[in-house]
Amino acid sequence: MTESRMRTPMSRVRGLGAAHTGTKDFWHQRITSVAGIPLCIALVIIVIALLGRSHAAVVQILGSPIVAIIMLLFIVNTVYHMWIGMQEIIIDYVHEDKLKLATLLGNTFFCFAIGLASAFAILKLSFGV
Amino acid sequence: MTELEAGSTTGARRARPISPHLQVYKLMLTFVMSGFHRITGAVLYFGMLLIAWWLIAAASGPNAYGNFEWFMGSLIGRLVLFGYTWALLHHLLGGIRHLLWDLGLGFEPNEREFLALATIVGSISLTLIVWVVGYLAMGGPR
Repeated sequence: MTESRMRTPMSRVRGLGAAHTGTKDFWHQRITSVAGIPLCIALVIIVIALLGRSHAAVVQILGSPIVAIIMLLFIVNTVYHMWIGMQEIIIDYVHEDKLKLATLLGNTFFCFAIGLASAFAILKLSFGV
Repeated sequence: MTELEAGSTTGARRARPISPHLQVYKLMLTFVMSGFHRITGAVLYFGMLLIAWWLIAAASGPNAYGNFEWFMGSLIGRLVLFGYTWALLHHLLGGIRHLLWDLGLGFEPNEREFLALATIVGSISLTLIVWVVGYLAMGGPR
């Protein structure tokens, strides 16, 4: 195993690879998965608690500070987790350059849009404007 | 390149081994659960549309929320929600399995088999429990 002459000693020491981020995505996927355990359990409990309730009651409960904060944490955490996850799936299966670029962009746009829309809805429920 | 081609005296390209893919492996439970983890992850990805619709409908008003409730109360809506519940719980348990592996635990053959079995049995059981609790919370099936 001979080290390629194109790699500088500095790049080898940093160990960040061609994408310059090293194992960042792997590690962040682990962080968001640990955080996701209590947040998913909380989501299930919140949904069960809201089953069959009137719109007014749902608005009041979802907009209450504790529930709204938990839901915001769930949204932000999940959106980041699923962004990394879908990126990994795309990189594994999509090999054609243009399609890969398009799907990676689509992944980012989808995650940003769904995260922002959901977060906005929770904030609107909380602040009641 | 000269080093790589040194073994080939004729200069003709030798058939190089290619990476084996899905179809050559024996179907094992651990392998199936690995696939389920990715598939449920992808399903949950689009399932976030459901969460967003729910929250936006609640924020929009009684009419929008009524439409959401009507859909979720329909047979298709209930099937979608049941599938979402199972996907969420399966991905949750599968994720815990992966975190155990990240800690260096559960790599023995019997442990791997147990974890794979626990993931699928656990996710199905928990899904049924969550739905029973959900119906009880609503005061029985409607």
